[in-house]
Amino acid sequence: MIQPQSVGIVTPQTAHFDTPLALRSGGTLPSYDLVYETYGELNAERSNAVLVCHALSGSHHVAGRYADQPDSTGWWDNLVGPGKPLDTRKFFVIGVNNLGGCYGSTGPLSINPATGKPWGADFPFVTVEDWVDTQARLADRLGIERMAAVVGGSLGGMQALSWTLQYPERIGHAAVIASAPKLTAQNIAFNEVARQAILSDPEFHGGNFYEHGVVPARGLKLARMIGHITYLSDDSMGEKFGRSLRHGKAVYSYDVEFEIESYLRYQGDKFAGYFDANTYLLTTKALDYYDPAFAHGGKLTTALAGASADFLVVSFTTDWRFSPARSREIVYALLHNRRNVSYAEIDCAAGHDSFLLDEPHYHAVLTAWFDRIKV
Amino acid sequence: MAAYRYDYEVITQWIEPGEKVLDLGCGDGSLLKHLIEVRQVQGYGVENDPDKLLACVRNGVNVLQANMDEGLTDFEDGFFDHVIMSLSLQAMHNTQGILAEMLRVGHEAVVSFPNFGYWRHRQSILNGRMPVSESLPHQWFNTPNVRFFTIADFDALCEMNGIAVRERIGFDEGKVVTEEANFLASMAVYRLGRD
Repeated sequence: MIQPQSVGIVTPQTAHFDTPLALRSGGTLPSYDLVYETYGELNAERSNAVLVCHALSGSHHVAGRYADQPDSTGWWDNLVGPGKPLDTRKFFVIGVNNLGGCYGSTGPLSINPATGKPWGADFPFVTVEDWVDTQARLADRLGIERMAAVVGGSLGGMQALSWTLQYPERIGHAAVIASAPKLTAQNIAFNEVARQAILSDPEFHGGNFYEHGVVPARGLKLARMIGHITYLSDDSMGEKFGRSLRHGKAVYSYDVEFEIESYLRYQGDKFAGYFDANTYLLTTKALDYYDPAFAHGGKLTTALAGASADFLVVSFTTDWRFSPARSREIVYALLHNRRNVSYAEIDCAAGHDSFLLDEPHYHAVLTAWFDRIKV
Repeated sequence: MAAYRYDYEVITQWIEPGEKVLDLGCGDGSLLKHLIEVRQVQGYGVENDPDKLLACVRNGVNVLQANMDEGLTDFEDGFFDHVIMSLSLQAMHNTQGILAEMLRVGHEAVVSFPNFGYWRHRQSILNGRMPVSESLPHQWFNTPNVRFFTIADFDALCEMNGIAVRERIGFDEGKVVTEEANFLASMAVYRLGRD
């Protein structure tokens, strides 16, 4: 055992692909870039690669930090590093910014070669399956025939699950965390409200706001505020903010009074300052569309019949956006197919956000599971 | 790792190679691990204790977190060849419910439990104290057990619920007991089915 350490200073890389990519939505991208980071060393047998898939607002920057930015710690830094559950002394860990993203991979901010202008709203719809296809191409590029594991939380968990269905021969293990085999109507409803906030912002300009030199910041802010409400539990919000009043008493104004208002506005403003509205729209649609059982008459057991990986499924007791019941659907459909699967329901107060925290039991389960993976 | 338990040997005898096995209250997964090694079973454990669940993951056995007192509703009818509950039945509230569920999701159920009718336990009660022994290692104030029953009680329950006792083996702290099991056996292992 060593004390968990950071992977240290990291540098993103870009892979350019010239083979056209046929998308599930009908279009074809003639070429595209994927931005990615890696941590640890690929072994001689190329058998120790683990792909970490990101969720709605994540990126390829999973762990470590950038040399010139002290506050640039990766979004899952507590998971990845020497002595951490996903131990980079054993594994070669890959983070990739998904297609349609806004952190450097080809997306709505990129120039559409057909027009010479940013794609904006014309960027084609991308799906979880499309992302997995591009991730597999990146694996080809890195000389990785088979992933030791693919890991993801929330929308990232959907990608891990999809890997086992699209490339069963190329994945050994899948960790599907705080995820679901498809969104519920309620979950789609939250996404739709978030999208409407963006779409109805006058500065959205039908998605072509770049050429107007503006961003639909109010829409993005609202979308993020709604999201944050659903990522926390009632209890954790109550514990963190309660009914605390900034002025100690009601002052009868629409400015910030309750601390929760301050938190949501701050998170919303921060997000609107760096995230792309078109990427947000695309990504929430990818979430909504994901439903591997759809092509099998709604039968998840049939959909998962082709999966061959060993699974770890994890949910959190207070997560109501991706509730334990959704994870259990995956677990028992895998059991039906006699797949190797373990399922942990972690007692954590933090709601959907729990999957990003280093709750000790959660990380102990992940550590034990990764330890068992032979490379 | 938990100590090797002598009911494991009997249970192993009743499992055919390659079976689908569910172990309810599987602890650290050592029975499943044993059955995987010697019977190549497709094994799954159910555990609701976080530390035991973690031990299962460390042991490399499939473990599903669930509260068995809420039944086995997520499991399909007749999916497993054997559903095992080793030394856990006495810690379940809904005894009849879980027995019915075991025989719904499995073709046969295997159950072991400490026999409260064991002569040393009776002696202890006669002396005015609750029994503490190898098979009942806890004190009355910290025992996880919530149901206190004898082999004769369990036989009567099976009869009342139409459960067929296909085999029963009693043990006196490791040695097989051939007669007067309710008096001489500290623990019993049952193979149950529906006729």
